[in-house]
Amino acid sequence: MIEELKSLDELVAEAEKQGKTISALTLELQAASMKTTQEALTQKMHETLLIMRQSAENGMLETASPSGLSGGVAKKMAESQAGLLGDVAQKAVTYALAIAEHNACMGKIIAAPTAGSCGILPGILLALGECKDLSDDELVRGLFNAGAVGMVIAQNASLSGAQGGCAAECGSAGAMAACAVTELLGGTPTQCAHACAIAIKAIMGLVCDPVAGLVEVPCVKRNATGAAIALTAAEMALAGIESALPADQVIGAMKSVGCMMHESLRETSQGGLAATKTAREIEKRLRSK
Amino acid sequence: MNVFDIIGPSMIGPSSSHTAGASRAGLVARRLLGAEPVRAHITLYGSFAQTYAGHGADRAIIGGLLGFSLDDARLRDSFSYAEKAGLSFVFETSDEEMGHPNTSKIELWDAENGHVCVVVRSVGGGVVNVVEINGGEVMFSAEYDTTVIFNADKPGTVAQISAVFAENEINIAFMRVFRKFEGKDAIMVIETDQKVNKAVLDKLRSSKNILKVITIPPLSV
Repeated sequence: MIEELKSLDELVAEAEKQGKTISALTLELQAASMKTTQEALTQKMHETLLIMRQSAENGMLETASPSGLSGGVAKKMAESQAGLLGDVAQKAVTYALAIAEHNACMGKIIAAPTAGSCGILPGILLALGECKDLSDDELVRGLFNAGAVGMVIAQNASLSGAQGGCAAECGSAGAMAACAVTELLGGTPTQCAHACAIAIKAIMGLVCDPVAGLVEVPCVKRNATGAAIALTAAEMALAGIESALPADQVIGAMKSVGCMMHESLRETSQGGLAATKTAREIEKRLRSK
Repeated sequence: MNVFDIIGPSMIGPSSSHTAGASRAGLVARRLLGAEPVRAHITLYGSFAQTYAGHGADRAIIGGLLGFSLDDARLRDSFSYAEKAGLSFVFETSDEEMGHPNTSKIELWDAENGHVCVVVRSVGGGVVNVVEINGGEVMFSAEYDTTVIFNADKPGTVAQISAVFAENEINIAFMRVFRKFEGKDAIMVIETDQKVNKAVLDKLRSSKNILKVITIPPLSV
């Protein structure tokens, strides 16, 4: 019996052995370690889900952030007629944009795992709830599953852009969401781990290069593309596609890549997109305000 | 760590360090003043100085000064709440090197001319460190019940203070002493597992060599 959430491969093996889902096992382990009941934790997670839903609804109405760099994109996405994404992805991307914009506009959000990546997990879960007719009880299970993945990444790599680049923030959020979706759509714990590994591999090495140091460009849109990557990873895992590398080792690689990443690409706004000509002009304009 | 550290906290965006941490810097300054602030002079350094407008760090600090928590939707409009509450404030930026990029100096006055000046660092994830009070160096996170004692740097003072905590069955989690010069004023920061009540405070205040005592609850409360 495992006591701590330190290894995804161990967690999955234990869940498979006991015939439980990752979320059920996580809830059990957390209730024990936090010395509380599963009911109390579930209740608290329901409250969290409600704030997530409000942040998506409020975010659809945002028109401009204090810097003027964000606002209005969620509404455009909701009205898109191109039809390239399926229902779930279309909605997930829309909500991810809405929540990330709400964050940029000083709205109330749930950091999941960070404020900069707050749109991905709730965006996907809310879309799944609506399009696949999942109850809030089921979405809350998804949040416990995702939380387990986040805890493993926090302990073995990092959730901070300043340490591991955007991969640590939007990448982790995507891995958490991919794992949660896979469970909610009936995937086994092993398939969940594959989804998680595939999602992380897709964003390995992604830099954190916010324009003018603000959580807006490219963060808001990376929440949207991060959601699409997570759904792609989950769809692959549910189709039976496996990651050739185990999730724990992929997370280990994520840590080492983060450590190798140059400081200018870790939330310092010295390199990457933040160092482009236009970014510098935006920066100058904002500072002179 | 638990699952709500990952799926959470609930906060006002956009940044845990520059918005949530900034609001908590304001809140800890308010609590250290121990009264309703009517005037504030805030200096922002480093990354705070450069990005405060876009991150709403200024509005977040003012919200904290008004007693708003890091997930209070009023943070966004804190300037108008400040006006209603009769809090006037000035912000300035400085390029002085403060040892940490996310630093603010908050100087506060209450209606009775009570005053406090604190330097606070926002160190990530909404966590703050108070590194200076009224010109004296300190270091605490305000995650515990925290008592700050200004005292004369005389032999036996630490023993005398810790005895008061022991007599009242208050367990000291962390205790640090700071001073600038031997024999001059010193500061004790005592983080406890229990709340320091009025009776204990009175006892501390009436003790020998004690100049001033402030106690504040944990920031998460």
